[in-house]
Amino acid sequence: MLLNGSQIFVEVLCEQGVDTIFGYPGGAVLNLYDELYKNADRITHVLTAHEQGASHAADGYARATGRTGVVLATSGPGATNLVTGIATAYMDSIPMVAFTGNVATDLLGRDSFQEAYIEGITMPITKHNFTVRRVEDLADTMRAAFRIAQSGRKGPVLVDIPKDVTANKCEFTPRQPEPIRTVTTFDEKEVAWAADIINGAQRPVIYFGGGVRSAASCQPLRDLIHKAGIPATYTLMGAGVVAYDDPLSLGMIGMHGCYTANRAVSEADVVVAIGTRFSDRVALKPSTFAKKATIIQIDIDPSEVNKNVQVDLSVVGDAAYILQAMLPKVKEATHPEWMAQIHDWQAHDYHPVSDPSRLMPHQVIGEICSQCGPEAVYVTDVGQHQMWAAQYLRHTKSRGFITSGGLGTMGFGYGAAIGAQMALGRDQRVVMLTGDGSFHMNLNEACTAVSYHLPIITVIFNNQVLGMVRQWQTSFYGKRYSQTDPHRKTNFVKLAEGFGLKGYHCENLAQFQAAFAEALQNHDGPTWIECMIGKDEKVLPMIPGGGDINNIIME
Amino acid sequence: MDKTEQRTEQRKVVSLLVDNQTGVLARVSSLFTRRGFNIESLTVSATNDPTISRITVTVYGDENRLNQLLLQTERLEVTRQVFVLDDRTALQRELLLLKVAATVVNRAELREIASIYKAKIIDLSPDSMVFELTGKPDKVDAFLRMFEGYTILEQCRTGVTAMERGGMHQRMQKPPQEIRAVQFPLPGTSCPKR
Repeated sequence: MLLNGSQIFVEVLCEQGVDTIFGYPGGAVLNLYDELYKNADRITHVLTAHEQGASHAADGYARATGRTGVVLATSGPGATNLVTGIATAYMDSIPMVAFTGNVATDLLGRDSFQEAYIEGITMPITKHNFTVRRVEDLADTMRAAFRIAQSGRKGPVLVDIPKDVTANKCEFTPRQPEPIRTVTTFDEKEVAWAADIINGAQRPVIYFGGGVRSAASCQPLRDLIHKAGIPATYTLMGAGVVAYDDPLSLGMIGMHGCYTANRAVSEADVVVAIGTRFSDRVALKPSTFAKKATIIQIDIDPSEVNKNVQVDLSVVGDAAYILQAMLPKVKEATHPEWMAQIHDWQAHDYHPVSDPSRLMPHQVIGEICSQCGPEAVYVTDVGQHQMWAAQYLRHTKSRGFITSGGLGTMGFGYGAAIGAQMALGRDQRVVMLTGDGSFHMNLNEACTAVSYHLPIITVIFNNQVLGMVRQWQTSFYGKRYSQTDPHRKTNFVKLAEGFGLKGYHCENLAQFQAAFAEALQNHDGPTWIECMIGKDEKVLPMIPGGGDINNIIME
Repeated sequence: MDKTEQRTEQRKVVSLLVDNQTGVLARVSSLFTRRGFNIESLTVSATNDPTISRITVTVYGDENRLNQLLLQTERLEVTRQVFVLDDRTALQRELLLLKVAATVVNRAELREIASIYKAKIIDLSPDSMVFELTGKPDKVDAFLRMFEGYTILEQCRTGVTAMERGGMHQRMQKPPQEIRAVQFPLPGTSCPKR
């Protein structure tokens, strides 16, 4: 059938199973928006306050479900506003397709109004990107974009569509979407070697990351941990895959990971790294990381092998398939001596002590978990509150902790929470944890949550300073608090009213308990709860950048 | 393109087969820049297949860096095949155009240098001569050293273009991963000793 570019755009989205997109209209995408208007029953479009919020929402949608998130923006500033969101998704390997409008092909390259060379701008932060110059190429380019975003190691793809392409007509043939190309192949021989090494281990540790969440299933990992009796630690991106109360869970590893997890990896004789990239926030000092261990690395992306830390054995493929094949070869085991050692470390690990005179982050987070139960989905911004959330939330769901890991994007949270809430429905409880610094960056998206009646509960850890940077200034810069104490006078309760939502202010735990309980009763729109915490609250433990377990700061 | 710093490290010629489409060179060179790979020369040329271009890159680095370069390049959607050519056996050629100030007095000696190196004189003007030389990079280097006492007016080097002797055509038929595995085995091609 003969369709114009905008009709093809909608048809291919539907063909790919897209029912929700996030975006912001503008001159170059008027034709697309006109077609979305006519197809409102097939595709829900969520209008955000800012394109950055839309890109984080598409990302949050993908993180919450595993499906590809879609964002649409106009040319020029609309497109450049997506950049932070795309880079965030790229660093965390999140499947996302970003569509941008552009000026008509005859105006390209002439510095036309609202023209930006977004293909060039996003080249280093996408898996791949396209400019569609002919309407005849539109459908197949969009299909390729979805295929690339969700196959192999996932990531964002951008498709730039000049305005005339959205108006021109061509013949369109509907097609079934290609099945997602999961990597099902791996080397059997390497799997057998890995199993042998694991079977011979005295002090094994599993260290896993976000790749496990992106794999076909997380269950084989849990099965392996339990069958072989191997204690497991996770990176920020792996939080939730193994339940917090699992006796074999060691907690988070890395700069703000617990002492036990960092110590266990440095003392282990076998470390199995799964879906993780030995980043500088985990292998802070690559030369001493897991120094005593035979390291086995399982990853879908061969370029991650030996990138930061030299390993002894690598198995390239989807972690779920590899671990599934490894399971029958791994012997049932327990490691009583090793576990006794670990329990001893755990007894001496950092444990926050409550102080009745002030409201402390771990108390707030503990209260949130108690009231929400295990089914809630948590979203964070970036900074101290993010680390507290990673440390103290009682994670139970593999997709229940949504946070910007690799890029560390302050202002990520609200958009991502909108995306997660849209994806999971209004009956799912979504709680966003943020700090006053991060929240000030993108709190404009509160208006979106109000418009779409999204019952997102935002808990603001307000220490009135930019806490994480300030903590570094305290420890490493002689308490010279350069630009981290902004003396803001924001009244979050009044600001909430201004947006048309309910805000609470809490200075002690009793007030927070009451406010959070009240917020949970609200199913029709967002709420904010501001928690006043001390300026000098720190994230502990901490291993300074470039250090190792011997440099850990516990108080 | 810092040459002096890493001269002690290995020099490799890497041949990439990539999709022949707009922006492909930008993608590859942007990757090299942001990953901090040291490139000496980079050439792009057509192949016998109109949908495929060949990019020949000369790089410096230790084995790990080179391994990363290959693996990162392989991740690009436009990359079809990446292979490292053996510096000793691969056929490598570079083209040089050199314009030198020449007068009636020194024309003869310049012609002599050209004839020894089998360079062609492709232009003779009243005050200059232009030489054309094709050869391996070190031959071009040696030729250029002969002009240290003369005034070079302009110099153009194309950068290395290279090809393996014999069997490469067959290797091109194999899946990219297999070719990479042969060249730079990831850890795991033998059972690690414990």
